[in-house]
Amino acid sequence: MKQWNEKYESMPREELAGLQLERLRQTVERAFHDVDHYRRAMQEHGIEPGDIQSLKDLEKLPFTLKQDLRDNYPYGMFAVPLSEIVRIHSSSGTTGKPTVVGYTRNDLNTWSELMARALVCGGAGREDVIQNSYGYGLFTGGLGVHYGAERLGASVIPTSGGNTKRQIMIMKDYGTTVLTCTPSYALFMAEVMDEMGIDPRKDLKLRCGIFGAEPWSENMRREIEDKLGLSAVDIYGLSEIIGPGVAMECQEKHGLHIFEDHFIPEIIDPETGETLPIGQAGELVFTSLTKEALPMIRYRTRDVSRLIEDRCSCGRTHLRMERISGRTDDMLIIRGVNVFPSQVESVLLDIGEIEPHYMLIVDRIGTLDVLEIQVEVSDALFSDEIRRLEQLEKKIRKEVETTLGISAKITLVEPKTIARSEGKAKRVIDKRKF
Amino acid sequence: MKIKQVSVFLENKSGRLAAVTKALAQNKLNIRALSIADTSDFGILRLIVNKPEDAYRVLKEEGFTVSIAEVIGVAMPDTPGGLADILEVLEDRGVDIEYIYAFVGSARPDALVICRVENIDDAIEVLQEKGINILSGEKVYSL
Repeated sequence: MKQWNEKYESMPREELAGLQLERLRQTVERAFHDVDHYRRAMQEHGIEPGDIQSLKDLEKLPFTLKQDLRDNYPYGMFAVPLSEIVRIHSSSGTTGKPTVVGYTRNDLNTWSELMARALVCGGAGREDVIQNSYGYGLFTGGLGVHYGAERLGASVIPTSGGNTKRQIMIMKDYGTTVLTCTPSYALFMAEVMDEMGIDPRKDLKLRCGIFGAEPWSENMRREIEDKLGLSAVDIYGLSEIIGPGVAMECQEKHGLHIFEDHFIPEIIDPETGETLPIGQAGELVFTSLTKEALPMIRYRTRDVSRLIEDRCSCGRTHLRMERISGRTDDMLIIRGVNVFPSQVESVLLDIGEIEPHYMLIVDRIGTLDVLEIQVEVSDALFSDEIRRLEQLEKKIRKEVETTLGISAKITLVEPKTIARSEGKAKRVIDKRKF
Repeated sequence: MKIKQVSVFLENKSGRLAAVTKALAQNKLNIRALSIADTSDFGILRLIVNKPEDAYRVLKEEGFTVSIAEVIGVAMPDTPGGLADILEVLEDRGVDIEYIYAFVGSARPDALVICRVENIDDAIEVLQEKGINILSGEKVYSL
């Protein structure tokens, strides 16, 4: 099986554009009438649904930001009554109010369709045994892949994350052929296999791996492929747009096909908001075309990418996006958790007495991301008793863990040792090589 | 009867201790005693110097985190049990010792101990009651 839905995935571009325009107009119409936020935003921009006459007119519409979802927490962005909602997912809300996303029955259908497409695009088929080691729960990764794998008709093993030795035992005994998880977890599994004396090439039937939810590189791909003896491909998605299955790499491994019959991608200049021509790098923006519960108009992802226009030899006509190369904000993804330096700052301010001069140092030791937070010791909190300084470290560590949900090593450093900058403070040193 | 001790926060990296001693030397400040308490990441350098206020100012200007703490300097017989007797006195009175370090002054029969205690006035009182020789700041700075 090469494509799950050839009619749409290989649709001639002209026909695709017609479909997109029709769906865009419906989406804008519904957003305007059913979501107060969109109506207000469009009115402020002096635009109404009738003004959308061509795909180019999309640029006239205002952007939607993560903050808009927070401001309308929890259900304010929904375009349907709660009685139509059959599923709710949400972010952890570590940077403020969580972002809540809802799905109607049709939305779940669409999502399953897109994930089935993604799995086929990545190289899976109905004869596969798919071990799904993305977390199940509020996070969209686990259930998104699960429903797609069922739609495809593959045999899905819902292992979720963790309990690695058991994961490997299942992989071996049940003959898993496709693994889905984060790329760093895949590498961790390879390490544990090594410790258990399992040789993936001899003892396992792994053929293909579908990895996403965090940034990774070509080098990491080679390492995973080498260690696990499978073909590794990248998947992209975000809960605000639908979850995993917004875009997917095919076996050509040259960019991820964006399922354009459901989402219109744009690349913008993050400073000016201006739409950039295809091929230029900038911030990725998505507009949903079919979502009922939570239509998204020009949602700014903060992810940096580039669109690729030339035809792919896999036959799909959809544009591709390059793998994510960075962020336009200072968000870090550490062990799958979104971390903003400002969260650390507020923890330090809450503890008090500490001048918030701090630096986050992220590194990858083996396959595990580690976070160190350096905090300058001010006169106010200096004590000549070790015990008191250690108590301070412990307190910061605990607060950071409660707020961010990940553990960090706290290092107290001498004042003025963290570099001051004249402009925007540099708060992060990321030593990881993805 | 209280002695001023200068404490400095030091990161565990090479050259930091040298930077402190160099700054003191350039300002003709003489170290009478020192101790370093350390963890894997940082250390605390505790100094008795001839001019504690000057040392505080100099190190501050050099950008170090510095504080001044009051400690007690006790002279004790340099014989087995010398320290044990003093500690017993403090323990009986319920004085908690935060830390303690010893040093040898030049040409003295006694051994010297610097104590940082929770309640310094209490400690001085009880040690004096027992006739233990507590050194004044002037005496220690000029040893």
